[in-house]
Amino acid sequence: MKNNNLAEKELIVNMGPQHPATHGVLRLVLEVEGEIIKKCTPYIGYLHRGVEKLSEDLTYVQSLPLTDRLDYLSSMVNNVGFALAVEKLVGINVPERAKFIRTIMSEMTRICSHLVWLATHALDIGAMTVFLYAMRDREYLLELFEMIAGARLTVSYSRIGGVRCDINDEFLDKLGKFINEFPDRVEEYETLIDRNRVWLKRTKGVGVISAEEAINYGLTGPVLRGSGVYYDVRKFFPYDAYDQVEFEVPLGKNGDIYDRYRCRMLEFRQSARIIKQCIEKIPSGSILAENAPRIRMPESPLKIDKQDINFEIYTEDKQIESFIEKFPEVYASVEAPRGELGFYIVCDNSSKPFRVRVRAPSFVHAAVLPKLCEGSLIADVIANIGSIDIILGECDR
Amino acid sequence: METLNLIFLSVIYTAIYFGILLLHIAYATYAERKIIGHIQLRLGPMVVGPHGLLQPIADVVKLIFKEDIVPSRADKFIFKVAPLISLTAALSSFAVIPVNQNWVISDIDVGLLYVLGIAGISVYGIVFAGWSSNSKYAFLGGLRSAAQMISYEVALGLSLVGVILMAESFNLTEIVNKQSEYWYGMFLLPQIIGYFVFIVAMLAETNRLPFDLPEAETELVAGYFVEYSGARFSLFYLAEYAAMFCMSALAAICFWGGWTVPPFLIKAFPFLEEVPGIVWFLLKLYFHIFLFLWIRGTLPRYRYDQLMAIGWKVLIPLALVNIVLTSILKYYL
Amino acid sequence: MNLTDIVKKIKDKFPQEILWLTCFREEYSITVKKEKIKEILVYLKKTPSLEFDYLVDVTATDYLGFREPRFDVVYHLMSIKYRHKIRVKAQVPEEGCCIDSITDLWAAANWFERECFDMFGIMFTGHPDLRRILMPEDWNGFPLRKDYPVKSALGDKEWETYRELKETSRGWKENEK
Repeated sequence: MKNNNLAEKELIVNMGPQHPATHGVLRLVLEVEGEIIKKCTPYIGYLHRGVEKLSEDLTYVQSLPLTDRLDYLSSMVNNVGFALAVEKLVGINVPERAKFIRTIMSEMTRICSHLVWLATHALDIGAMTVFLYAMRDREYLLELFEMIAGARLTVSYSRIGGVRCDINDEFLDKLGKFINEFPDRVEEYETLIDRNRVWLKRTKGVGVISAEEAINYGLTGPVLRGSGVYYDVRKFFPYDAYDQVEFEVPLGKNGDIYDRYRCRMLEFRQSARIIKQCIEKIPSGSILAENAPRIRMPESPLKIDKQDINFEIYTEDKQIESFIEKFPEVYASVEAPRGELGFYIVCDNSSKPFRVRVRAPSFVHAAVLPKLCEGSLIADVIANIGSIDIILGECDR
Repeated sequence: METLNLIFLSVIYTAIYFGILLLHIAYATYAERKIIGHIQLRLGPMVVGPHGLLQPIADVVKLIFKEDIVPSRADKFIFKVAPLISLTAALSSFAVIPVNQNWVISDIDVGLLYVLGIAGISVYGIVFAGWSSNSKYAFLGGLRSAAQMISYEVALGLSLVGVILMAESFNLTEIVNKQSEYWYGMFLLPQIIGYFVFIVAMLAETNRLPFDLPEAETELVAGYFVEYSGARFSLFYLAEYAAMFCMSALAAICFWGGWTVPPFLIKAFPFLEEVPGIVWFLLKLYFHIFLFLWIRGTLPRYRYDQLMAIGWKVLIPLALVNIVLTSILKYYL
Repeated sequence: MNLTDIVKKIKDKFPQEILWLTCFREEYSITVKKEKIKEILVYLKKTPSLEFDYLVDVTATDYLGFREPRFDVVYHLMSIKYRHKIRVKAQVPEEGCCIDSITDLWAAANWFERECFDMFGIMFTGHPDLRRILMPEDWNGFPLRKDYPVKSALGDKEWETYRELKETSRGWKENEK
């Protein structure tokens, strides 16, 4: 696109779907005047695979691996979210050991995902060395994933009603060793960038969102907490073993890129704390509930007790009662590394879900990019995309 | 007969000088990958030759054999000429740089001024490349780079004025010889502010981190030479490293005493005088190249407006203060 | 204030609009008619003891064949101050498939409503920029409707751009369809 009219001063720059810094296939069309951005339009949908439509054709157990590929950097958390929603629907009680295992793996996933965020964010701003240090640490965790779940990235480890297979002592030992050294490693990253003048100049006061705007735009996760709003799904609506461990939720003050960066760096330490407590407290027992749907019986319908549904009807339509009993629905959310990942499932008492809706945090966060970028410089666009941490896999589903 | 002899010797001498120089430039790319690799806890090139020593040769061969793409709507003549301008400007500044007493191709009396002038011409190469590529990214990168280089040339020139005042000459050999007359032997100590300004301006002139926004990979995808491939790209690449060497050589000559050793060190360790001067010069040169690479592996990148603010609001006032202080010192001592 | 009181307050304020209430697994959902949905949501947002100031999700469900108003637009709301959640569902029929947009209440609704339009074809009146978000701009059909096939059995109605690309590309073989 060449702007032939010399009288206009605006240039249209396309940061295409293929770009080293947009972390996936995100397309931004920027209208630039000099260096200042006048208008920014994001285009998504390049990675749309139709997960919601596909799940309507697969049984509950079969659509669990589909959720892996939503936010492919934190696949365990996606699995746990989906499993939580279906467990809430059917009313399955997950055994204690499975809850602790899930918590451990979720926090490991959080550390892995935040390491990738740190690596790519620092690389975009120019500090190349942090990228390799962070990837070195991530290698340990990926090897531990492989030891237990068989896969490094898309684990498919959680099952509806528990987890797939048990963990052994070797895993807990290695994990314990890693967690003991991890806070020192985080300090290593911080010495490279935290008080570096160049870093501070690039991130302080840039990309500011106030608390009211953040709530208005529906942001969640570290992006919301960086603006000072205290909302964490693990504290508000606890699930798994989060009500049995102690941890803090870091908050920021100004809502700029630096505060979001500090929130995530502090979350590293809190995750390490949670994992340590879980390793000490983990009970023995079974890892899968009794009435969990099994893989080898895929066609058996999901049974929901009709007495659990209470309703009051205000119309004269008599068929509504059977309609309401036919379609129970549930919404469950987990605290993914990127924000609140929610699953809204409508069940029609058969073996396949009637409607699965994935409330992806990256989708909501990508909508706030125009507000962050307009009025700032082109170099800040890169820093902003890095700080809100979107993954196109879950943004497009 | 005399003139024929002279011309023959000059040609031989130039050929040797530039041969060794180009070898240095090629192996500087290898050193960069190795050193930055070790900073980042990895090994760098290891496959081609023992410990990857033949890597630059492999790179040159690959780049020459690549397809030469000229964008169809680019301005063809300027597109082809741009890398030549960059490389010629970068290499011609070596005509006046002495590596030892009388080891210089052309010992002119305005050597320093000549180097600064040639640095100004190399901006043309970048502007031509950005403009003729007919691509928005290249255009933006070319504009930014040109503005950055022009601003920091002022700071560069001003930081060298202190050295010129103390040495009372533009001739580079003279500057080195003057330094060995003082007991501290290098203009580094009295000119510390000037040295600091020179180092920062040196990083910005050569478009290296933390001032490499115009060619930042993650922001503008290689900036002004995004449309270049194959042999033309290798010319730009060589021009960048040649500029690095030129600036490092200037730093070694003007601030660190070239091929001489400070007299107080000779008094302490007399055997140091036996070491040939070229060794000292090369050590100082390599130290500055290492400084370039070390900073690249450590610091993040400045944003464009912050970069320009540093050049105009911080470095130029500091350089002017340095000039005033030096003149006062010169007057009273 | 627990959820039963909240639901009672809503029932008292809007007696005509509410069709039925459900409580399942400690989640409340209210099904309403679509006409006054904006007033209901404003009431939920602004009332001091309710203060559902956070819009979690806007989505839709298609009940083709099971119920007469075919679509349900589902709003999930949450209160950060009181930590309670509620679900509001508005019935939207197939003819006259439109509902008020709530973009001026919550800016998050902008992209959510675009996705509902893209996937189901529900028009949102008053939306500043209603166009497709996940599918390509010139796509025909609304993928998440129940009468849209999961596997590509569209034949002639397949996406124009893709069909032309297949036919004009070099080396495209008949069996690769």
